[in-house]
Amino acid sequence: MRPLVRVTSNVAVLDRADVDTDQIIPKQFLKRIERSGYGEFLFFDWMKDPEFELHRPEFAGAEILIAGRNFACGSSREHAAWALEDYGFRVVLAPSYSDIFRRNAVISGIAPIELSEVTLGELKSTVSAVNELTVDLEALEISHPSGLRVPFELGSYERETLIGGLDDIARTLEREDKIAAFEAAHS
Amino acid sequence: MADKTLFEKIWDAHVVDDGEPALLYIDLHLVHEVTSPQAFEGLRREGRKVRRTDLTVATMDHNVPTEPGPIRDPLAKAQLDALAANCEEFGVPLYATGSGREGIVHVIGPELGLTQPGKTIVCGDSHTSTHGALGALAFGIGTSEVEHVLATQCLVQSKPKTMKIEFVGELPFGVTAKDMVLGAIGEIGIDGGVGYAIEYAGPAIEKLSMEGRMTICNMTIEGGARAGMVAPDETTFAYLQGREFAPAEIPAAWRELRSDPDAKFDRVVTIDVSKLVPQVTWGTNPGMVVPVDGVVPAPASPEDERALTYMDLKPGMPITDIVIDRVFIGSCTNARIEDLRAAAAVVNGHKVAASVRAMVVPGSAGVKRQAEAEGLDQVFTNAGFEWRQAGCSMCLGMNPDILAPGERCASTSNRNFEGRQGAGGRTHLVSPAMAAAAAIKGRFADVRELG
Ligand code: SF4
Repeated sequence: MRPLVRVTSNVAVLDRADVDTDQIIPKQFLKRIERSGYGEFLFFDWMKDPEFELHRPEFAGAEILIAGRNFACGSSREHAAWALEDYGFRVVLAPSYSDIFRRNAVISGIAPIELSEVTLGELKSTVSAVNELTVDLEALEISHPSGLRVPFELGSYERETLIGGLDDIARTLEREDKIAAFEAAHS
Repeated sequence: MADKTLFEKIWDAHVVDDGEPALLYIDLHLVHEVTSPQAFEGLRREGRKVRRTDLTVATMDHNVPTEPGPIRDPLAKAQLDALAANCEEFGVPLYATGSGREGIVHVIGPELGLTQPGKTIVCGDSHTSTHGALGALAFGIGTSEVEHVLATQCLVQSKPKTMKIEFVGELPFGVTAKDMVLGAIGEIGIDGGVGYAIEYAGPAIEKLSMEGRMTICNMTIEGGARAGMVAPDETTFAYLQGREFAPAEIPAAWRELRSDPDAKFDRVVTIDVSKLVPQVTWGTNPGMVVPVDGVVPAPASPEDERALTYMDLKPGMPITDIVIDRVFIGSCTNARIEDLRAAAAVVNGHKVAASVRAMVVPGSAGVKRQAEAEGLDQVFTNAGFEWRQAGCSMCLGMNPDILAPGERCASTSNRNFEGRQGAGGRTHLVSPAMAAAAAIKGRFADVRELG
């Protein structure tokens, strides 16, 4: 996984609540047995609509996505996180996420950052003037060229995983003694 | 010692390493073809093994065709072949198509007695919450987590908050577990459960069969919660009796698996089921739901407006005026034997409306055998239903069973998302009895009035 310390980029805004993972990556692409190459299928059906938000020229190449409440709800398919990452997104800013997506995102190298609706509203109006944000996982801060600074929270385990690009399995295997002890006590 | 909830009892008994997040031991890992290939590939790449093949079981469900004959879709075939090869290479038991034990992963777990009270159960599928109906702590995980559990038999998990949904009152005639859970989702909203593990309780839950409890726990994820559970009781123990992997004697510890009287929940919701009416979803998520005697609501948000456009419905239209093209009775929500019996009871002696194409897809090979032994397949086929082989089928349309664009379907599945059953398809979620009634009438009908 690519480490994620700091991102400076333009921002894409998808102002819809309850976007489900069936929309992010429809089922026909889940038959693939690879882990990469899902970006071109991101929002496959919605992309057919020329009016779809992500087609706006000012959103092209964005690595930061502002999304609505309960983002990526529904199916547990990690392919949704892979598709977002492969398309180029490294950070999502939203009022809330589904529990499963939050884990999938971190493991796939995307920071799912939770911000209040009020703060997001402020960020949206700020980027509509000058479309650029910096998201800094070390400083736990979002900043805008205008001088606006917004702090955010991220669990320390998630933050370490993202900043270090760490392999979750290797981290758990370091606790082999505890796993073995649990198994011995329960066999 | 402080009083604990059922959730806390199971959680505490499985903590390998405390902390935020905790490291949790997993007692049963269910695997299917769609969310596992990249996980096995990861193991191979890193030279890792499956730590506990004795706690891992695989099946084929999402992709399998439900008509006899070979698989025509080369991608689906490649994925099924990959699962078979991976299970062989890593020593994971596989209930493949044709084994007689195959079926939708959340149907066969309980059916084979693999799902048991007090276990921690995971699967790369969000409807793993189903298994909570037997008093297990069960939740869906992503593919990287599948790989993590295969390699370590543990899962990194943040401890959720706890919610109790208490169903009180007497369930009226014609109102089912599906209506209870749709009503509950309508009440808390589709993100009302985010961050929670839910325990369903109350007299209306205690009276429900295991199938009914599974329907409710299954749809927990549609309210945003990862896990839903019901305390095991005599109904649970009777259900498990004699099942292949269930213990011959009920372990004493199972009887302790209930929330203590003074256990604290972070949130409590009470729902009076005596006021419930059969539910029908009108929109593009399971929270967009109304009683069958109601009307399509006026939009209250941009999401509602988008949903009305997608579903091609006008506010104020009576639900019973909505004409349907297809009926799907199936999925891990409602394709167990009791569901098929309920649908067959409505269908018996009637014909599917000429304008409707209707199908029944049993949840497992076992359910199919049982239904055929009871003659239910005859009831359905005599009425004009197609009777298929077990699988996920049109719940998500990864196999050839899909809606054509614009087609409208009364479905017993769990998700009415845009395109879920086929691009451009329109899904209305209902109970098996309501789906059967819709098949006969060619539009939604109040099953209570059909008698
Ligand atoms: S029946 Fe539907 S919801 Fe259930 S496991 Fe299969 S695809 Fe998922």
